[in-house]
Amino acid sequence: MSNRTINLLVPVVSVILGLIVGAIIMLISGFDPIAGYMALWSGIFGDLYTMGETIRQITPYILAGLAVAFAFRSGLFNIGVEGQLIVGWFAAAYVGIAVELPKVIHLPLAILAAAVAGGLWGFVPGLLKAKFHVHEVIVTIMMNYIALHTTNALIKTVSGGGDRTEQIFASASLRSEFFANLTDFSRLHYGILVAVVMVAIMWFVLDKTTLGFELKAVGFNHNASQYAGMNVNKNIILAMVISGAFAGLGGAMEALGTFQYVSAKGGFTGIGFDGIAVALLGMNTPLGVVFGAVLFGSLKYGALNMPNAAGIPIEIVEIVIAVIIFFVASGYVIRLLLQRAAIKKEAK
Amino acid sequence: MEYVIEMLNIRKEFGTFVANDNITLQLKKGEIHALLGENGAGKSTLMNVLFGLYHPEGGEIRVRGEKVNITDPNVANDLGIGMVHQHFMLVENFSVTENIILGSEPTKYGVTNKKDAAKKVQALSEQYGLNVDPNAIIEDISVGMQQRVEILKTLYRGAEILIFDEPTASLTPQEIIELIQIMKRLIAEGKSIILITHKLKEIMDVSDRVTVIRKGQGIGTVVTAETNPDELAALMVGRQVEFKTNKGKAFPKENILMVKNLTVEDYRGVEKVKNLSLNVRQGEIVGIAGIDGNGQTELIEAITGLRKVKSGTISIHGKDITNLKPRQVTEAGVGHIPQDRHKHGLVLDFPIGHNISLQTYYKGPISKSGIIDYSKIEKKALDIIEAYDVRTQGPHTPARALSGGNQQKAIIGREVDRNPELLIAALPTRGLDVGAIEFIHSRLIEQRDNGKAVLLISFELDEVVNVSDRIAVIHDGEIVDVVLPEETTEQQLGLLMAGHHIQTGGNSKGSGQEKRGEDQHVE
Ligand SMILES: Nc1ncnc2c1ncn2[C@@H]1O[C@H](COP(=O)(O)OP(=O)(O)OP(=O)(O)O)[C@@H](O)[C@H]1O
Ligand SMILES: [Mg+2]
Repeated sequence: MSNRTINLLVPVVSVILGLIVGAIIMLISGFDPIAGYMALWSGIFGDLYTMGETIRQITPYILAGLAVAFAFRSGLFNIGVEGQLIVGWFAAAYVGIAVELPKVIHLPLAILAAAVAGGLWGFVPGLLKAKFHVHEVIVTIMMNYIALHTTNALIKTVSGGGDRTEQIFASASLRSEFFANLTDFSRLHYGILVAVVMVAIMWFVLDKTTLGFELKAVGFNHNASQYAGMNVNKNIILAMVISGAFAGLGGAMEALGTFQYVSAKGGFTGIGFDGIAVALLGMNTPLGVVFGAVLFGSLKYGALNMPNAAGIPIEIVEIVIAVIIFFVASGYVIRLLLQRAAIKKEAK
Repeated sequence: MEYVIEMLNIRKEFGTFVANDNITLQLKKGEIHALLGENGAGKSTLMNVLFGLYHPEGGEIRVRGEKVNITDPNVANDLGIGMVHQHFMLVENFSVTENIILGSEPTKYGVTNKKDAAKKVQALSEQYGLNVDPNAIIEDISVGMQQRVEILKTLYRGAEILIFDEPTASLTPQEIIELIQIMKRLIAEGKSIILITHKLKEIMDVSDRVTVIRKGQGIGTVVTAETNPDELAALMVGRQVEFKTNKGKAFPKENILMVKNLTVEDYRGVEKVKNLSLNVRQGEIVGIAGIDGNGQTELIEAITGLRKVKSGTISIHGKDITNLKPRQVTEAGVGHIPQDRHKHGLVLDFPIGHNISLQTYYKGPISKSGIIDYSKIEKKALDIIEAYDVRTQGPHTPARALSGGNQQKAIIGREVDRNPELLIAALPTRGLDVGAIEFIHSRLIEQRDNGKAVLLISFELDEVVNVSDRIAVIHDGEIVDVVLPEETTEQQLGLLMAGHHIQTGGNSKGSGQEKRGEDQHVE
C-alpha cells in the first residue's frame, strides 16, 4: 500500500470505525442504532432548513479552530479561545446596540470591535509569556474566567439589570435575507463568508508572508530564530493577538449573526474548547480546520435531532458523538495499524 | 572466528532514497570496529537499524550467530546492544544515578531503590575506570563526563556490544585521550565496540578493523594494521585525495573587528569574559585557541548580539555595535557559524531551503513588502546545495533529515554566501569528514583572500594552527597572548591555554602536525 492510499484511507476508516463503535454503544444501551444514525443524518442534511442551520453552526467552529491552529503553528497553546470569543461576542453586540450608523460602517465596525476585543484578550497572555515567561496555558485559562464574569457584569450594566441586552440595530446585523430564503428561513447568515475569508487570510499569512515565516520559525525554535535576527518576543505577542482576533470574530458570528444580542452566561459556550479539537483534527492547517469544523459542527447540530426522532437520551447521543470524534482524532493510530498491515503483507 | 554481530546486506530506504544499499558489517568479539564514510554516507542510519530505531527494507541481522528481528531499542537492549548517541539523551536536573536507572527503576516494596542503584553505578564506574560520581547532577558536569554517564547507562543495562556515534566530536583533546583509554578498558573486559568517527588518526590508534561505506554502499572491510590514513581516505571518497589546505601569505589591511575592554557575564552573573581586547583585520584569519569554557561562547554571543555586554565596546569597521540586536549586527556585516548547530544554527523542522534563507527571507530579492517569493528561496537553496556539496534529496527535505555533516555544510554555505565583512566561525568543522574539512578551510581562506576578516574558534589545535594567521589564546576570559602559528609549538600553545605566560617568541619549527596527502594508494 502506498503512502497516498493510506492517507486517503485513514479518515474513511476512522469514521467507519467510530460509527461502528457508536452503534455498539447504542445497541448495548437498548436503542436502535439504525434509527439513531438516520436521525443524525436527517438532523444534518434532512432539509434545506437543517442544512442552513448546520452551516450556521459550523461558522464559529471554523473561527475558533483557526484561532487555536494559528497559535499552535507559532508554538503556542491558546486555551483562551473561549474567553476571547466571549469578549468578542460582547464587544460586537455592544457596538451593534450603542450606535446606529449606515450599514457599510456599522457592520464592519462591530466585526472589528470583536476582533480587537479578542486580540486584546490574547495580548495579555502573549505579553506575560514574552516578558516574564509565564506559561500561556495557565494565563489563558484564567483569562477565560475573567472574560466570562466580566462580560456577565457588563451585560447587567448595559441592560439595566437584566441578563440579556436588547437586539442590535439591523445596520450591524449579519442576517441575510438571501440565505434565509435559500434555506427555508434558517438562521444562516453572512458570517460563513467572513469565516471563509479568514481561512484564506490565515493561509496567506502563514504560507506567503515574512510574518508567517517568522511565526513558524519562532514556533519551532526560539534560539535559532533569535540567532537569525527575529524578534522572538514580538512574534509571541503578535501570534497571540492574531489568534485572539480570530476567536473574537467567532464571537461576532454569534452576536451579529445567530443571536443578535448577548446574554449573561451560566457557563462557557464550549465553542472555544471545541476549537482545540477542531484544530487538531485539521492538523492545524487552514483547510484542515474547515474539515474539522464541518465534522464537528455537523455532528453537534445533527445530534440535536436524535433524542426527538429516535428517542435516544441526550447522554447516550453525546457519548456516540464523542466516540466518532475520538476515532477521527486518533487517526494516527489507524495509520499505524494500516502501515503495520502493509509491512506484514510485504514480508510474506 | 566468532562474530557477535553480523549485519548482512542491509538495505534501508527513505521514500525513494536509498540510505543503505547492501551493506555488510561483521563485528568480532572483543574488537573495536570502526565505521568510516563521508558525511551522509549512511553510518548513523546503519547503526540506527542495528539499535532498532529504523526497520531495514532488506538484509538480515545476526547476533551471536542467531538471526534476530530488532523491532525497537528494547529488543536491542535485551540482546546486549547499547548505543551512545552523539546528542546525549540525559535529563539535565537529574542525578547521574537517576538518569541511569530512568526507564528501568529498581524497586523495593514498590519504592524506587536509589541507594542500591547508586552502589551498582559506583561499582561499574570503578570497574571500567570511568570515575563518575553517581550523585552528581547532570547539568553540573562536563560534556566528557556526561558521555561517560551515557556509557554507564548502556553498561548498567548489560550491554555487551557498544555503538559509539561520533563520540569524540564534542570532546576536548584531553577528554578524547581519556575516552580512548576507556574504550580499551571496555575491550579488556570482554565488550565489543563499533566506533563511528571522522578522525582517521583515532581510527588508526584504536580500531582493529575498519568497514568503509560510500554513498550508502558497502565498500569493504580492512584490517587497520594493514592500512594507512591515505588509503582509508581514498576508499572513503572513491578517488585519490589530497587533504592539504593550500594557504598563501596573508595581507592584512584595516581593522574590521575591534573589541575593547569587553566584560561579559553568563546567565548566572559570573564574569566569563574579563576586560578582553581583540582586533581582526581585513584579509586575516584570527584563531582563538583555548579550552572549552574559557569564555569563547560568551565572547561570540556578545559580538553577535545574543548576549548583553556588561562593559566595554565592540565595533565593526568603525561602527559601534555594542549591545545591538542580532539583526542589526548581521546587517552591519557579521556572519556567524554557530557553535551549536541544533540550538542556534537551524530550525530543524523547517525545510533545509528555508534554513538557507533564515537571515535573508525578509529582504529583496526574496521578499517584497512583506510577501515572500518562495521560488527565490528554492533557487537560493539549490545554488548553495550545489556549491557546498550539501547531500540532500532537495531543498524541501526537513533539516532534521540531513546527516549531521550536511547540516553543517548548509549552515556554512549560508553564512559564507552572504559574504560578510567579518565571519565568525565557531567549531566550523565539528562532525565533518576529512574532505569536507579541507573544503571548509579553503572557503575560510578564500574569504580572507577576498579581503574579509575571519574569526575562528576551535578546540582543535591542528585546525587553529593550520588555518589561522594569528592565534589569540584565551584563558579564563582573558587573552593571555597573541602568537604567530609558524613561531609557536603545540606545547607552547598548550601551556598558554592552561594560563601560563611564556616569555620567548618560541621556535619556528612547525608544530608537529602530521602531513597527510602524500604517498597515496589506490583502492
Ligand atoms: N529520517 C530520514 N529521512 C530521510 N532521509 C534521511 C533520514 N535520515 C537520514 N537520511 C538521509 O540518509 C543519508 C544518510 O544519513 P546518515 O545520517 O546515516 O549519514 P552519516 O553517514 O551518519 O553522516 P554524518 O557523518 O554526516 O553524520 C543522508 O543523505 C540523509 O539525508
Ligand atoms: Mg551521522
